[in-house]
Amino acid sequence: MAEGKTSLKERVSEAKDKLWGSQAVEAILRPGSPFKKGYSDSPRNRSYVVMNNVLYHLHPVKVKRHGVKLSYTLCLGGLSFFLFILLTITGIFLMFYYTPSAEAAYVDVQALSTDVAFGSLVRNLHRWGGHLMVLSVFLHMSRVFYHGAYKPPREFNWVVGVVLLLLTLLLSFSGYLLPWDQLALWAVTVGSNMASFVPVIGAQVKFGLLAGVDVTAATLLRFYVLHVLAFPFIIVIFMAVHFWRVRKDGGISGPL
Amino acid sequence: MAEIPESLLRRSAEAKAKALGVPVEDVLAEMRGDGPPVTPPQSEAPDQSAEAAPEEGTETEEVPEEIKAEAETTAEEAEPSPEVVVEEAPADLPAPTAEEVVPAAAVAVEDRPVEAPVPSNGSGNGKVAAMVSPRPTVPPAGTPEGVRTQRLLTVVKARAIQNVKAEPTDKVNTWPHLMLLEFGALLLITGVLIVMAVVIHSPLLDPANINATPNPSKAPWYFLGLQELLSYFDPQIAGVMVPTITGMIGFILIPFIDRNPSTRPSDRKFAIALYSIFLAGAATLTIIGVLFRGQGFNFSYPWKDGIFFDDLKDWVDFE
Repeated sequence: MAEGKTSLKERVSEAKDKLWGSQAVEAILRPGSPFKKGYSDSPRNRSYVVMNNVLYHLHPVKVKRHGVKLSYTLCLGGLSFFLFILLTITGIFLMFYYTPSAEAAYVDVQALSTDVAFGSLVRNLHRWGGHLMVLSVFLHMSRVFYHGAYKPPREFNWVVGVVLLLLTLLLSFSGYLLPWDQLALWAVTVGSNMASFVPVIGAQVKFGLLAGVDVTAATLLRFYVLHVLAFPFIIVIFMAVHFWRVRKDGGISGPL
Repeated sequence: MAEIPESLLRRSAEAKAKALGVPVEDVLAEMRGDGPPVTPPQSEAPDQSAEAAPEEGTETEEVPEEIKAEAETTAEEAEPSPEVVVEEAPADLPAPTAEEVVPAAAVAVEDRPVEAPVPSNGSGNGKVAAMVSPRPTVPPAGTPEGVRTQRLLTVVKARAIQNVKAEPTDKVNTWPHLMLLEFGALLLITGVLIVMAVVIHSPLLDPANINATPNPSKAPWYFLGLQELLSYFDPQIAGVMVPTITGMIGFILIPFIDRNPSTRPSDRKFAIALYSIFLAGAATLTIIGVLFRGQGFNFSYPWKDGIFFDDLKDWVDFE
C-alpha cells in the first residue's frame, strides 16, 4: 500500500517535471518567469519578471522606495485601473443578457437578477464597482493634488487625468440609464437637464446626448452604444497615454 | 556625502587592489573607513593611488610603477581581457548620464597616443585622478583600424573629478516589493466589492414611465452636489459657472495657474487650503443632496422622513 502511494507520488512529480520542462511550457514562459522550472530568486530574475511579462510591462524594473509605501499613493490609481478591468469583465457578462430596446431592457434586467446564474451578483458587482471607480478616480486626483504631483514635468498628465475623470463620469452616467426603470429614467433626465444650462450650445448638447428633447427609446440605444463601445474606446486611449506619461515623466512623484 | 553603492565600491576596491597588489578586503575596509590605509607591498609607490591624486592636480606624470608596467603588458597582448575594457566616454557628456550612471567615474587608460590625456567632465579643471599611460604606445597587433582599446585602471570617488548634482535615488525591485502590495490591494478591493454585491442589491424600481415623475427626482450621486447648487442659484449661474469653469477648465488649468515649483506642503498652504475647501464643499453638498433632500427636493431629516436615495433602496429601507 505504502509502496504504491510512493510510486504514484513519484509518477506525478515525474510527469510534472516532464510537462514543466516541455517545449510547450518553455515557449509560453519568458525567461525569468517565477513559474519557470528552476527559477532562482536573483536580482536578474526579478528584473526579468517585469521586463518579460506583458502584464507587468506597465512598471519599470525598479521603483523609488518611497513610492512603494502604501501611505503615499494608497494604490488609488492602480485600483481605478483594476476596477476598470473588473467592470469590463462583468460588463461583457451582462451584455449577453441585455437588449437595448425600450420594450426588452427592463425585462432583461429583471430576468438577469432572478433567472440567470450569478446574474444578480455580477450586476451588483458592476453597479457598485462603477460607483467605486468614480470615487477612486476622484480620490486619486485629490491625492495627486495634495502631493503637488501635477507640477512640471507632469502638467500634461494632469490634463489627461482630468479628461479621464470626465470620461469616468460619462461612463457611469451612460450606464445609469440602461436598467430602464424609473430611477434610471429620471436620474438621466435631471442630469441631462443640467447639460442644457451650458451657455450657447446647451440645448444642442442635450439634444445630441438624448437623441431628442426627452429620454426615449432612441436615448437608450444611444447611451448603450456610448456605454459599451464609444466611451471605453476613448478612455482606453487616454489611459494608455496616462500610464505611458507616468513612466516618461520620471515615475512616481515625490518624496515630499 | 552620497552613499556609494556596494557593487561600485567593490569594483573600485578590486581595481585598486589589483593595481597595488594587496588583498581586496584590506582596500574595501579602508574605503569604508574602518581599516588602516593600504600600502602596496613595494614601498617605492606609496600614496599615488586613487585617493591621493585629486588633491594635487599635477599628478598625471607620477604613475605608480606597477600600473605603468601593467599598462604596457596589456598593450602587448593581442586582446585585452574583456572585463577591463571600458567604453570611452565623450568629453562633453550631457548631464543625465551623470545622474543615471553612478556617483563615481571610471578612469580609463588609453593604450594609444592621445592628444588630450584626460576627459574633462565639465568641472574637472585639471583636478583629475586619471593615471594615463605616460608614454605613447603602439596599438596592439590585430586591433582593427580605428578601434581604441582601453583598460579600467581604477574607479575613484565622483567628488574627485566631477560634481554630480543628483544624489543616487533609493530604488527597490518592482517584483516583489511593489507587485505584492498591488496584488494585496487588488484582493482587498475585490473582497470588499463581493461582500457589497452580496449584501446590497442594485435597485430596480418600476419600469420607466416618462409620464410619472417621481418625487423627488434625483441625479446620480456624483451630480447631486451640482443639483444641490442648482437649487440655490439661478440655473444660468450654477449651471454655467460652477461645472464648466470650476469643474472642467479650472481643473485642467491647475498646473498652469499654480507656478509654485515646490511640492512641500508647508510651501503651498494656499493651494492646499483652496483644494480642501473645494473638497469639503463638494462633500457637504453631495451629502445634503443624498440624505437631506426629500419630497419636492425640500429639506428633510433622514431620521424623521427617511432617506430619499434610491441607489441604496434595497439596503436602507426606512419605510
